Amino acid sequence: MRRLKRLPLVLLIGSAGFAAAQAPDQHLGRGLAASCSNCHGTNGVSQGAVPSLAGAAKADFVTKMQEFKSGKRPGTIMPQLAKGYSDEQIEAVAAWFATQKP
Amino acid sequence: MSMQRREFLKVLSAAGITTATLGGCAAMRGAGQAGKVVVIGGGYGGATAAKYVAMWSGGAVDVTLVEPNSTFVSCPMSNLVLGGSRQIAEVTVPYGGLAKRGINLVRDTATAVDAEKRTVRLASGQTLAYDRLILSPGIDFLYDQVPGLNNDAAQKQVLHAWKAGPQTVALRQQLEAMRDGGVYALSIPRAPYRCPPGPYERACQVAWYFKRAKPKSKVVILDGNEDVTSKKGLFTKAWSEEYKGIVEYQPNHVLTDVDARTLTAKFETASDVKADVLNVIPPHRAGAIAVQAGVVTANNRWCEVDFLSFESIKVKNIYVLGDSIQIAPGMPKSGHMANQHGKVAAAAVLASLAGQPANPTPMLNNTCYSFITDRDVVHVASVHRYDRDKKTLVTVPGSGGLSPAMNPLEGEYAWAWAKNIWADALT
Repeated sequence: MRRLKRLPLVLLIGSAGFAAAQAPDQHLGRGLAASCSNCHGTNGVSQGAVPSLAGAAKADFVTKMQEFKSGKRPGTIMPQLAKGYSDEQIEAVAAWFATQKP
Repeated sequence: MSMQRREFLKVLSAAGITTATLGGCAAMRGAGQAGKVVVIGGGYGGATAAKYVAMWSGGAVDVTLVEPNSTFVSCPMSNLVLGGSRQIAEVTVPYGGLAKRGINLVRDTATAVDAEKRTVRLASGQTLAYDRLILSPGIDFLYDQVPGLNNDAAQKQVLHAWKAGPQTVALRQQLEAMRDGGVYALSIPRAPYRCPPGPYERACQVAWYFKRAKPKSKVVILDGNEDVTSKKGLFTKAWSEEYKGIVEYQPNHVLTDVDARTLTAKFETASDVKADVLNVIPPHRAGAIAVQAGVVTANNRWCEVDFLSFESIKVKNIYVLGDSIQIAPGMPKSGHMANQHGKVAAAAVLASLAGQPANPTPMLNNTCYSFITDRDVVHVASVHRYDRDKKTLVTVPGSGGLSPAMNPLEGEYAWAWAKNIWADALT
């Protein structure tokens, strides 16, 4: 519950004090995506065996992450990492990657 | 002008920040108009931070990276060079990619920070001014805790190879020159130390080499800790199966001294151990420049930071990354983590230059692959979020975990990880 409460607070601070060009939800996605790029490449453009995420369709990305999270989709590291991100965070990072050039 | 740069400058002007106050030249709409960031140390943390400040500001922030080495040599994957399945060139990456991003590369050593004047003095005598300083100095060894190693000659004989590069190559040469039937002994310091599973992976790689080339030889692990500190079940399985009869694990071996002439290691309680190749990872602390800068605040060894920004808790406008920080519980000193620190810090530095608070909800993760053979790999992973009440990073309950067993698929992923993180930090 605590995490759910936190998001509106962030948005509130954002609308009051942040310039429009740096809306916090845009930053949220950017920062979260950066935590993926060690393995998936800067801005989601991978150099090799690990899949690229840049330009991935948002709905597809969310589905895959939720399946990793629930255990429905097998994997090595992703089922373990997906469990660390909230539904809101998965939505935000999916939206950010969807806007990136593959 | 790139979109990111335009946006970043818009934010600056909305925040009422003029370029002159940030040390840039208002008339010149070139790099530096939005502030000057100096990064000390071009490892996993510093290189990543430099790149992300440059990239996220669209080049509006002037970024200088100070690094004495001509190329980046990765510690992760370097144990494979000791095993002989890879060459040092395969874990070496040039810094040219960062220059292409407009980052000023200064090949020099930072010798002093003046936090009042916001300047960094270099060994060459040059002085760099900064608005924000990012320190990612890595580690220095506490040779005073191992008196017999506290001289150059001894340090050439008893290697650490805990900073990849010439020491890695030299240790490989010692292993190649060793007679079959010899003993390779590896001393591990008490935690916390750089890369918790690294020594155990090293033992596996040396054993992999011995099994093929010198089957009568032994690997003796002399652990300063009371037990294996990372991936315990996976490593002990490898030592009792894959490397049965080669690897011997001895806990509670806190090193007190070394005789470099006879290659003998001495301990608090256990008996002396004499080796044919003695590899000592001495206890370490944050790199010397962090001590000089006054940001070493924990046990005279590590730098405490605000985990929202990685800014020092002691000195304003200095951000500290990587192995030199006082870690939060469950947060290893690793290259992957340093890269994650670099991104949180880069965002926080840009926010600070724009007069904004840091992101209140940073997320970090860790992924660490260890090679058991030349291709079979095991991992450990974790996810860390900021806890507002505890004011620190905590592991997210239910997340993270280990490989069930060593497997070649993760060997491929480990190399994909390496290629991606090197590109993420250095291009």
